[in-house]
Amino acid sequence: MVDELRTGERRPLARLLTRIENGDPSVRPLLPELFAAGRGAHVVGITGPPGSGKSTLVNALIGEWRRRGRRVGILAVDPSSPYTRGAILGDRIRMMDHAADRDVFMRSMASRGELGGVAATTWIAAAALDAAGFDPVVVETVGAGQSEVEVARLAETTVVVEVPEMGDEVQAIKAGLLEVADIIAVNKGDRPGADRAARQLRAMLSTAGGRVERKPPPVLVTTATTGDGVVALADAIEKHRSSARSPVAARERAASQVRRALADLAAQRAAVDEAWDATVQAVADRELDPMTAAERLLEG
Amino acid sequence: MTSSEASGPPIRVLIAKPGLDGHDRGAKVLARGLRDEGFEVIYTGLRQTPEMIADAAEQEDVDVVGLSILSGAHMALLPKTVKLLRERGMEDVLVAAGGIIPDADVATLKEAGVAEIFGPGTSIGQIARYFREHVKRA
Repeated sequence: MVDELRTGERRPLARLLTRIENGDPSVRPLLPELFAAGRGAHVVGITGPPGSGKSTLVNALIGEWRRRGRRVGILAVDPSSPYTRGAILGDRIRMMDHAADRDVFMRSMASRGELGGVAATTWIAAAALDAAGFDPVVVETVGAGQSEVEVARLAETTVVVEVPEMGDEVQAIKAGLLEVADIIAVNKGDRPGADRAARQLRAMLSTAGGRVERKPPPVLVTTATTGDGVVALADAIEKHRSSARSPVAARERAASQVRRALADLAAQRAAVDEAWDATVQAVADRELDPMTAAERLLEG
Repeated sequence: MTSSEASGPPIRVLIAKPGLDGHDRGAKVLARGLRDEGFEVIYTGLRQTPEMIADAAEQEDVDVVGLSILSGAHMALLPKTVKLLRERGMEDVLVAAGGIIPDADVATLKEAGVAEIFGPGTSIGQIARYFREHVKRA
């Protein structure tokens, strides 16, 4: 299977991504081989509020990476409707510049019930793109609520894209958002207030508590539509790559991945457990607390 | 019946605008409607060539390709798109078309592999039902 991926043929990779997305049981035996075949792609998360121009910025970055001879894989995650399970996967439309380029592979993924902005299987899909020889592998998600934290766990370098009118500083300090950023890009740099927003962010980040041991993330100004600042952004991402691979960072990331896999495993086991319905009902009837319920399901 | 009541993963649909149409309100209305019916919808945007559509369909491994075309160039573009899809190994992808396509051309298009043509006035529900009934899942 890995050999198929390495031929550069798109169809085997696309079919594998479908099986991964659908949680097909045939994927599980492939995982050791898939991870071993990883060539150490730089996993770059790009997140930020809707309307910040993430997809357009990714499109511009792809152009720059291609100029640098890189083969780029992109997973673009959009939220599924919690009511209908449907989704509009609206990122590809911004990247049609690269439609014909065989060294760019872009896959849209719906979050399928995950609330954290990434799909449950995004981390496996990223491994498949790595095994297929794409580097960097970009994971683009909508940042809303705490979802930036999810993509930061998955990615080695997380870029948070902001807009100049990001509102007052309190909003920007929203828990988790700026803590998880390795790089901040204030996009739509042609709008008034972009430079000032960048200055405010830099000032705030240099004094923010909890960053005592860490350098504050660089704050760049970009204009995705014209390409201004994109070279500097690509440089900053490249520069971050080595610190993302420090032993401490690598361990933290590995711990996140294992925690994620544990959570998925527990959820899968629970879903097929015969005792699931009765156990959940007991909690709903307040006969059982959720923790005891969870222990019983794990042991059962 | 919505896709959420059906078993199996959501159906993935590519909505594409081949050729030089300048208007895509219909395609966008369809995309949103299909989302409400439980489909995962990727919309390519305007001015797509058959090659771009086949490239996108290949990477996204969609179950359905919906071609929306108003310009009258359907006879030139739709069969070519189907041909490219099949050449790239997507033999089972359901190809449907909509927009402004005269009745006289429907038979030829179906022979070329377009499974169904949905003219103006077709309801989203009809299209959703058709897709659900005719999608081939591997």
